Amino acid sequence: MKFGVIVFPGSNCDHDAYHVISKHVGQPVDFIWHRETDLSTYDAVILPGGFSYGDYLRAGALARFSPVMNSVKKFAESGRFVLGICNGFQILCEAGLLPGALIRNRDLHFVCEHIHVRVETSDSPFTNEMKTGTVLRIPIAHAEGNYICDDSTLAELQRENRIVFRYCEPDGTVTDAANPNGSRDNIAGICNRERNVLGLMPHPERACEDLLGSSDGRDIFRSLAATLAAAV
Amino acid sequence: MKAKVYVNLKSGVLDPQGKAIQHSVELLGYSGIADVRQGKYFEISLDGSLDNQQARESVEKMAREVLSNPIIEDYRVEIEA
Repeated sequence: MKFGVIVFPGSNCDHDAYHVISKHVGQPVDFIWHRETDLSTYDAVILPGGFSYGDYLRAGALARFSPVMNSVKKFAESGRFVLGICNGFQILCEAGLLPGALIRNRDLHFVCEHIHVRVETSDSPFTNEMKTGTVLRIPIAHAEGNYICDDSTLAELQRENRIVFRYCEPDGTVTDAANPNGSRDNIAGICNRERNVLGLMPHPERACEDLLGSSDGRDIFRSLAATLAAAV
Repeated sequence: MKAKVYVNLKSGVLDPQGKAIQHSVELLGYSGIADVRQGKYFEISLDGSLDNQQARESVEKMAREVLSNPIIEDYRVEIEA
């Protein structure tokens, strides 16, 4: 089981992701510079948070044209696992690996705080170690996390059970007040139809140690590791 | 030859920046404003190796694939001799 963390110019959560995989998942992990094109030795890659290309043009828009992204597309098509966190989620949407787009937060603020998300489905390689309905306390840190898609895409996401995380109150109730950025249907994370590509705005890699205020994020990485262990 | 590309959020897409700008200019006393939408403007200088038609096709493609995100934005291209 081998993980890769893709490093774009401007990525800044790459070391956090690397730390979590090596220390808490206990598996080999490499940094992958965005000019690399060979992902053949990896089972899962993480597109980390940050400000790739300074968020120029649109968040995630230019990273999409990095050489590694063609390989990430093929990697995903081959059924291997792709996890996009925050800026990584924005990149996956811009690249068309996930539907919809992430626009400016409705109140214009950069929001940086611990929030709650509800696990909407345990039927994903990233959540299968958790029960549906589990509430996770995880930090967010973004200005463009307002998920938007058209009506038919939303209906498709709902019908296919592809909304993986939704912003909620601490007790798990989904309310508009618990929505930190205006995301449609309180969406915090979605997966593709094949369920091997997940994008989410919250930062589970920053919530893996009690010392940091929460270790709830570990269950996402534990789920992925369990999926990979079962596949080997 | 120059290409001008205008990119705007689609009409149904919330534009919080436009709203904030509207609020500020109204605070300054400007009246009669119904709505403000913020967009992007690109000036692309062309080296003359493409004719007008080729330039338009090339820039239209660029606007569709890179300069705009068709899920949330519309674009308009003008070619100037």
